[in-house]
Amino acid sequence: MNFPAELKYSKSHEWVKDNGDGTYTIGITDFAQDALGDLVFANLPEEGDAVTAEEAFGDVESVKAVSDVMSPVSGEVVAINEELLDAPESINEDPYGAWFIKVANVTETEELLDAAAYEAFCATEA
Amino acid sequence: MELKTPLYDTHVKYNGKIVPFGGFLLPVQYEAGVIKEHMAVRTACGLFDVSHMGEVTVKGPDALKCLNHLMTNDFTDMADGDARYSPMANEKGGTVDDLIVYKKADGDYLVVVNAANTDKDFAWMCDHKVGDCELENISASMGQLALQGPLAQKILEKIADPADIPAGYYTANFNGKVAGIDCIISRTGYTGEDGFELYMAAEDAVAMWEALIEAGKEDGLLPCGLGARDTLRLEAAMPLYGHEMNEESSPRYARLGVFIKKDKEEFVGKDALMAQLPLQKRGIGLKVTGRGIIREECDLYDGDKLIGRTTSGTHSPYFKEAIAMAIVDAEYKEPGTKIYADVRGRRIEAEIVKLPFYKREK
Repeated sequence: MNFPAELKYSKSHEWVKDNGDGTYTIGITDFAQDALGDLVFANLPEEGDAVTAEEAFGDVESVKAVSDVMSPVSGEVVAINEELLDAPESINEDPYGAWFIKVANVTETEELLDAAAYEAFCATEA
Repeated sequence: MELKTPLYDTHVKYNGKIVPFGGFLLPVQYEAGVIKEHMAVRTACGLFDVSHMGEVTVKGPDALKCLNHLMTNDFTDMADGDARYSPMANEKGGTVDDLIVYKKADGDYLVVVNAANTDKDFAWMCDHKVGDCELENISASMGQLALQGPLAQKILEKIADPADIPAGYYTANFNGKVAGIDCIISRTGYTGEDGFELYMAAEDAVAMWEALIEAGKEDGLLPCGLGARDTLRLEAAMPLYGHEMNEESSPRYARLGVFIKKDKEEFVGKDALMAQLPLQKRGIGLKVTGRGIIREECDLYDGDKLIGRTTSGTHSPYFKEAIAMAIVDAEYKEPGTKIYADVRGRRIEAEIVKLPFYKREK
């Protein structure tokens, strides 16, 4: 299981990358994709939509089940990864490359874990 | 508390993701994942542990009469070794279970029922039995494996005498041997493919599993979990108890009317089942034409009019699109009709299609 050190993590298994320009990139973690199994559908918001920290901004569907994807930050969606709509399996193959949304004008961030703390948290969830 | 099948430790050894199902701890998938497991069954072969299924023997001079009373199908003309599928109805015309009856010999039958219903069914059958016969629940002593897919026969022939392998669909050999282990070899399944269900003593289940895995290795056999079992049966439009049917819902709505024999003099539920005609509701197939997946228990609409509900739904690994089965007002039957599902507040368009979704080429 992979936990890149440069990312921050939520307890609901999303990762957040601070792009250093006021924008944040959000996706789901290796642990999440492994737990969900083969992903076959991703439902994303649209550019310009507002997202709220600790609330769902989209969902992913595996063959077996649907799961909400939560936003770790409050702000405005400035980009979505349209490739996920056609190739949701890329989330399984490369969870840290297959980003979901980019958010700007961030007003609030939930308390996030660093890689080591998140890895320890996952160990308790497994 | 959940029970373990004789293969529990084997599932753990093969890295199965274990979940509770029907009162048992079973793998939902192994390392390959649901899609690869599903496609292995469509293109090569898959091996499933279905030891959770329940087995009840019905023996005695009136066994046939008793079965014909308890179930909606007619077992009168069965030959030794025949298998026959049937609903079991209650007096209200709802469904107690769906099951397979095997005839071993005159006065000697085996009934295979759904895992979660085993205790309920056995009690029901004992309460409603007629004539001189004995019922016994032998579920705990039996293991069951399903070997399914176009290469199932080829793989089985490596470790069984081809003469022991029944040729006809829905027939069985009660005196089979696979990998030297005594078993029932039944040409049946729940995937829409050719294949076998093998019944053996519980203590032999692990040895037979390992022998089949080894025999199928070079042909692409994969161990398959409950996830693939569900997507395979849904593509084949086979009903699942608790979804397409239950105690309140008629087997007719699960498209099982053909297994209800009106010419049979009497059977439990006959009056109620006959009073359901003409049908007010019917079971249909849906292909999702909008974006998303319509799962079970989604309300269906024609415009603003509520017309029914989905009973099962998933992403189809074979067709790579979302499919569902539903029970709707009887007028909604024409393929191509557009309807809408309410999926967690979102409207998703779907189109009525002919069932089954998947039918293998013979």
